[in-house]
Amino acid sequence: MSKMNLTRRGVLKTGAIAGAGVAAPTIFTAQSAAAFTNEPTGSSVTLGFNVPQTGPYADEGADELRAYELAVEHLNGGGDGGLMNTFSSKALQGNGIMGKKVEYVTGDTQTKSDAARASARSMIEKDGAVMITGGSSSGVAVAVQALCQEAGVIFMAGLTHSNDTTGKDKKANGFRHFFNSYMSGAALAPILANNYGTDRKAYHLTADYNWGYTTEEAVRTSTEAMGWETVAAVKTPLTQTDFSSYIAPVLQSGADVLVLNHYGGNMVNSLTNAVQFGLRDKLVNNKNFEIVVPLYSRLMAKGAGANVKGIFGSTNWHWSLQDEGSKAFVKSFGTKYGFPPSQAAHTCYVQAMLYADAVERAGSFNPCAVAEALEGFEFDGMGNGPTLYRAEDHQCFKDVLVVKGKENPTSEFDLLEIVEVTPVSQVTYDASIFGGELGSCNPGA
Amino acid sequence: MFGLDKKDFRLLLLVAVLVVLAPFLLNPFPEGSAMAQFNAGYPDLMQRFVIFGIFAIGFNILFGLTGYLSFGHAAFLGVGSYAAIWMMKLLTMNVIPAIFVSVIVAGIFSLAVGWISLRRSGIYFSILTLAFAQMSYSLAYSVLTPITGGETGLQPKVTDPRILDGTLANGATPKANLFGLEMGSSFEWSVGGWLFTFNAGYYVAAIVMLVAFYMSIRIFRSPFGMMLRAVKSNQQRLNYTGLNAKPYTLAAFVISGMYAGLAGGLMVAMDTQVGAERMFWTASGEVVLMSILGGVGTLIGPVLGAGAIKYMENILSKINKEILHQWFAFMPDGIEDILVSLVYPFIGKGWHLTLGIIFMLVVIFLPGGLVEGGQRVARLFKRKKPAEDGPDGKTTPAE
Repeated sequence: MSKMNLTRRGVLKTGAIAGAGVAAPTIFTAQSAAAFTNEPTGSSVTLGFNVPQTGPYADEGADELRAYELAVEHLNGGGDGGLMNTFSSKALQGNGIMGKKVEYVTGDTQTKSDAARASARSMIEKDGAVMITGGSSSGVAVAVQALCQEAGVIFMAGLTHSNDTTGKDKKANGFRHFFNSYMSGAALAPILANNYGTDRKAYHLTADYNWGYTTEEAVRTSTEAMGWETVAAVKTPLTQTDFSSYIAPVLQSGADVLVLNHYGGNMVNSLTNAVQFGLRDKLVNNKNFEIVVPLYSRLMAKGAGANVKGIFGSTNWHWSLQDEGSKAFVKSFGTKYGFPPSQAAHTCYVQAMLYADAVERAGSFNPCAVAEALEGFEFDGMGNGPTLYRAEDHQCFKDVLVVKGKENPTSEFDLLEIVEVTPVSQVTYDASIFGGELGSCNPGA
Repeated sequence: MFGLDKKDFRLLLLVAVLVVLAPFLLNPFPEGSAMAQFNAGYPDLMQRFVIFGIFAIGFNILFGLTGYLSFGHAAFLGVGSYAAIWMMKLLTMNVIPAIFVSVIVAGIFSLAVGWISLRRSGIYFSILTLAFAQMSYSLAYSVLTPITGGETGLQPKVTDPRILDGTLANGATPKANLFGLEMGSSFEWSVGGWLFTFNAGYYVAAIVMLVAFYMSIRIFRSPFGMMLRAVKSNQQRLNYTGLNAKPYTLAAFVISGMYAGLAGGLMVAMDTQVGAERMFWTASGEVVLMSILGGVGTLIGPVLGAGAIKYMENILSKINKEILHQWFAFMPDGIEDILVSLVYPFIGKGWHLTLGIIFMLVVIFLPGGLVEGGQRVARLFKRKKPAEDGPDGKTTPAE
């Protein structure tokens, strides 16, 4: 079946082609003249908004995109200026970033790291985006953050709560405004001790992936420090929709608190199951049975409906906050879209603003200059009170909200009430406890 | 040449030319023009075209030739990727060992899966492979977190051992390379308004793809390929002639698993990261779609299908409402809004809908896939009736 006809001419030809093939790669060593990746040279600058538009977190993604569009409008001088009026740094003028009009491209992460990276790479390679932001899960955030580090652009994380993003997977080009599992645990534990006593027995149901692990770990450590006992910690598959088989053993275990380390649809289903089983009406060890949800969001509370009443959890930001920044943001978001923003929208909007402000202050789009401007940056007026962007791990430190499901909601958005604003000093931790290497910033090119 | 007949050699040459000139062909519109949105000639997407081309070529060896529909091929892609990333973490950032090991590991894994799954045929075989793939996905996502990194996946870190590489310069990040040639490095050529990007990683992947394509032609034309076609057309008759079909199907299964592993290894070489989603059943379904869309059992079809799907996923999904408004800005306001709201469901996050419609149209009107479409168009322009199909790779029933 195979025949080889070697002729002198054929051999020469093949040799010539092979030689050309070997020589070809040398042209790739040519370096471009730009000082850093995607240096904006025209009258506009492109930002990449990479959010989940399909998949389990599409709701959050849609809200994030709304927030980004609002941020771009404000940066370019449109609308009412939003948080630019309350922001403690006054570098932003409403004339774009450093006089360049802000343009943006959008992409769909599909809540998959591969798709998110493909979309981010196309923004960097094709559209010339100088900053990537967004995302609604930690896996995606970690993957895109690493990509941005390699490519030499800044990554401003969106909604990502796992410790890993600024812990063991932290990167010099990546920044996170959102809080993390550790802070949730630290903020929740004292409230739980005050309300439920210090001699409780907790039973954990944990979503079987990284975020679940870090959240369980954080809540466990901080509640055990208060004197609680952990009876059992059971992992549930991420794709589980019916949790009845996991709820039934809870009562037999002698536990009197159930901690649901679940997010999004998982939490909606597990909480609904638990309430339907009548757990909350039970009396165990002469105490009322209680349920705790470490990470809350308004969208989740909406999904779980009346079941969230009286259940404690933590959140990064809530629209009912009464400081100037929050009020300004709720007002401009509400005017444009007709309903209050979610915490995902808030963190994304703030991240876009912080980036723009850092560029103005640094006087350059160079990722290294921007990173330097963000590191150790202290600001206020963005809705979370005084906030520090810690230089060691690029994590924001600010007050954490402990919330609880409202007993008498007045509207479909008024589902959570703020129980306490845990001061930042109580949730601050040492930057080295999660390991990981920040590395040094990479400007690309 | 290369043991191919004239027609196959022409096909190989055509593919080679297309692949080499892809940076030009995929960037037909000048930078900054309204149509630049449709340019696909940037490194990431070009790499994806050829890598998923390899994946689909391999899948087609199993599905196109033997008719066994595997619904779990993404598992081999994922296993290959994990093997490759571990090579990069432990051994060296050079892509050669990573790709080599990914093929071997995927081959061993597919041997195990195939050994069990091939006890059944038809829908039972598909379900078995699907079950294996979902098992692999769940394991990678949670139970095997120490090896796979779980949800966050794996990436090369500065602190990894990498025993063959010297220590990195201070502040440098590990980058995939081929004897020093970084996969991410590109040469940009600006001509007039056009910008063409020649990426090292793309050409490495392209060479691998051409080799894979050549091997697939040889398999299609070999007596072994003929046996596989016999399995497809009537396995019972084959058994009655005293032949055991199992070794042939198993060999085809392992070969296509190795192709998938090769694609997985290349994905890591181009973009040094692995996530478990790569093994999810939708990823397995995608390669089935690619093959059917392009033309099952044809040589070039799966590559075309892979290109079409990846193009839609990466280009259509990035068109948003703002861009639509720009396109239709010349229209009066009312009509502009109507047009935008008509088109909007099919772009951006609606790209799945567009893909679904195209898939349905192809299956209903062009059962042979895009290749059949091409043949019909070619027939229109040919004066005399072309010679009968013969060994052009089209699957013709044996009876």
